[in-house]
Amino acid sequence: MLLDPTFLAIQLLNGLQLASLLFLLSVGLSVVFGLMNFINLAHGTLYMLGAYIGLSLVRATDSFWLAFALAPLAVAAVGAVFHVVLLRRMQAASPMRQVLATFGLIFVGLDSVRYIWGDYSHALAAPELLAGSVQVLGQTYPTYRLFVIGLGIIVLLVLYFGLERTRLGAIVRAGVDDRETATAIGLNVERAFFLVFCFGCALAGLAGVVAGPVLSIFPGMDISILILALIVVVVGGPGSLKGAALGALLVGMVETFGQVIAPEYASVVLYALMALVLVLRPGGLIPVSKAHG
Amino acid sequence: MTQFARVTWNAVALLAALAVLAISPSRAEEPVKIGVVLPYSGVYASLGGEITQGLELGFETYGPEVAGRAFELITEDSEVKPNIGLSKVKKLVFQDKVDLLVGPVASNVANALRDFVHQQKVPLIIPNAGNNLLTGERCSRWVIRTSFSNAQITRGMGPWLVEKGYDSVYLIAADYAAGHQMMDAFRETYTASGGSIIGESFPALRGTKDFGPFLAQIKAAEPKAVFAFFAGGQAIQFVKQFDEFGLKDTIKLTGAGWLTSPLYVDAQGPAAAGILGILNYVPGIDNQENQAFQEAYQAKYGRVASEFAVQGYDTARLIVEALSQTGGDTSDKDAVVAAMHDVSFDGPRGPLTIDPATNNIVQDIHIFETSPGDDGMALNVIDTLSAMQDPPNGCTL
Repeated sequence: MLLDPTFLAIQLLNGLQLASLLFLLSVGLSVVFGLMNFINLAHGTLYMLGAYIGLSLVRATDSFWLAFALAPLAVAAVGAVFHVVLLRRMQAASPMRQVLATFGLIFVGLDSVRYIWGDYSHALAAPELLAGSVQVLGQTYPTYRLFVIGLGIIVLLVLYFGLERTRLGAIVRAGVDDRETATAIGLNVERAFFLVFCFGCALAGLAGVVAGPVLSIFPGMDISILILALIVVVVGGPGSLKGAALGALLVGMVETFGQVIAPEYASVVLYALMALVLVLRPGGLIPVSKAHG
Repeated sequence: MTQFARVTWNAVALLAALAVLAISPSRAEEPVKIGVVLPYSGVYASLGGEITQGLELGFETYGPEVAGRAFELITEDSEVKPNIGLSKVKKLVFQDKVDLLVGPVASNVANALRDFVHQQKVPLIIPNAGNNLLTGERCSRWVIRTSFSNAQITRGMGPWLVEKGYDSVYLIAADYAAGHQMMDAFRETYTASGGSIIGESFPALRGTKDFGPFLAQIKAAEPKAVFAFFAGGQAIQFVKQFDEFGLKDTIKLTGAGWLTSPLYVDAQGPAAAGILGILNYVPGIDNQENQAFQEAYQAKYGRVASEFAVQGYDTARLIVEALSQTGGDTSDKDAVVAAMHDVSFDGPRGPLTIDPATNNIVQDIHIFETSPGDDGMALNVIDTLSAMQDPPNGCTL
């Protein structure tokens, strides 16, 4: 069965689809970690929030595309408040305190979601345009999943050119390389980082809405995927866009093919991959070189 | 002196009688305290809520008191954690001094409670947790189950599917005790009836975010039917993706009925049509008790009562009827359990009794098919397997 090319192709698409979602989720986590040396464990909570806000928007307007456009903005706004109220004050704090503070936020987020939306599981319907299935090599494949794959590739390209070709991108790169010098020559690194943080939050919200029709929406949906996103960041190398993309691809494929070949060992293989990368390349597969270490 | 002694004795006897009289009326009015330990947070919070609502409606309908004693529910959150559940039950027994216990939802918590209630001899009535062992090898006189055993739910589906011509299946279930017990019971009767199992998958209970990889495997194996066990978020995903990957056109989807629970069948949309399920309750069961129950529940809570709510409702009725047999007396726990063995009634699920050999419920099991109706997906009962009773499975009471 494994050697059947159509079977392989379908599983490859499944892997790409998961990789695409993981990329949307982990790129914000990774870049924030790289830029600010801040590991935001509540990133998954923003993802869950995106899914639930999307659910409410779909219920209110009956339009998936409106939810697709507005939920990330709403999540970015929540992220901005979070940055001003908590993150900015904690930048000088020890990593342990940062981890504990954002870890606490996971529970605050979980109970807030339960309080507002209740305990039941929900699902988003895919938009009409993408609701059906298409034939891929003679096999039926959900159209919506192809859209998820395409979206991941588009976001990757936009981010890549944004970082390489725009002024904001240049400031961000300079800030990652050497924050002190960049600030000293008059670049407003602080502001650039704030914008990048909000953008990362918006992408987490986007991942939540986009995941709605594929995965179901329930309190705690953030925790299981947060672990995968953290593995992506570690494997790819914190702070690196290409690293997040490569990490998401690897984790998506290992998770998918692991379940096909040896379901009992799927998660073991994933953690083994992470351990191997940590031993051989502690900075991740595509590490960011930093002037000040 | 003898006269004086007699007078003294009479006075003492009189005082004692007065004391008894003074105590007993207040004793009769003391409410029956029921400790309810269910999950109100964590993954099964919604089930804890449903069962509690069913209990409340049940005590309202069949109470509100028995022999002059009202019912007082003291609820505690088990958080779906065995150690938390156990410490909450200890608090209910030692501090609140409850007469009876009701709970929990999850079998891992039930396992943790079993030894404690067995030693304390406090009756525990399980309104959900289905692990076979709780009324099998690890049964106890003090653990009574009003919900189901995992094997009881799926055992009947094997011969039934073979008879309908589905003679090859692929099994898929969440990888934990309940998933394996349900598949084991199905596998045994299915293969004994001549069906062949051409593949099995057990995806992780929590880790799995996507059934795509499994669905491609099932499709390649080309079974006539799939027999599945998933619940909650996983059930929504599985049913939707089964359709999206085009399996529905050629493979019949069947499973333990939680796959299309009324709690989320509408979230599954049109993908949920045409699925065969087997379960101890569906809202559409056609009898008077069920009609009355659904009407009362919908009037009180504003939504259709689920299979979890009915388990709470019947638990309340079992308690009320058993205590009316003991005249409201809960001091002799052994008599309370004996009374529960004597109770039998027609509930929304059909005729119910508690099997004195295992303490598990004896009930009808319903086979249903989903079809789109006027207000959402309807679960239509197409066959009923009456009075399903578990073999003792190593239980000696």
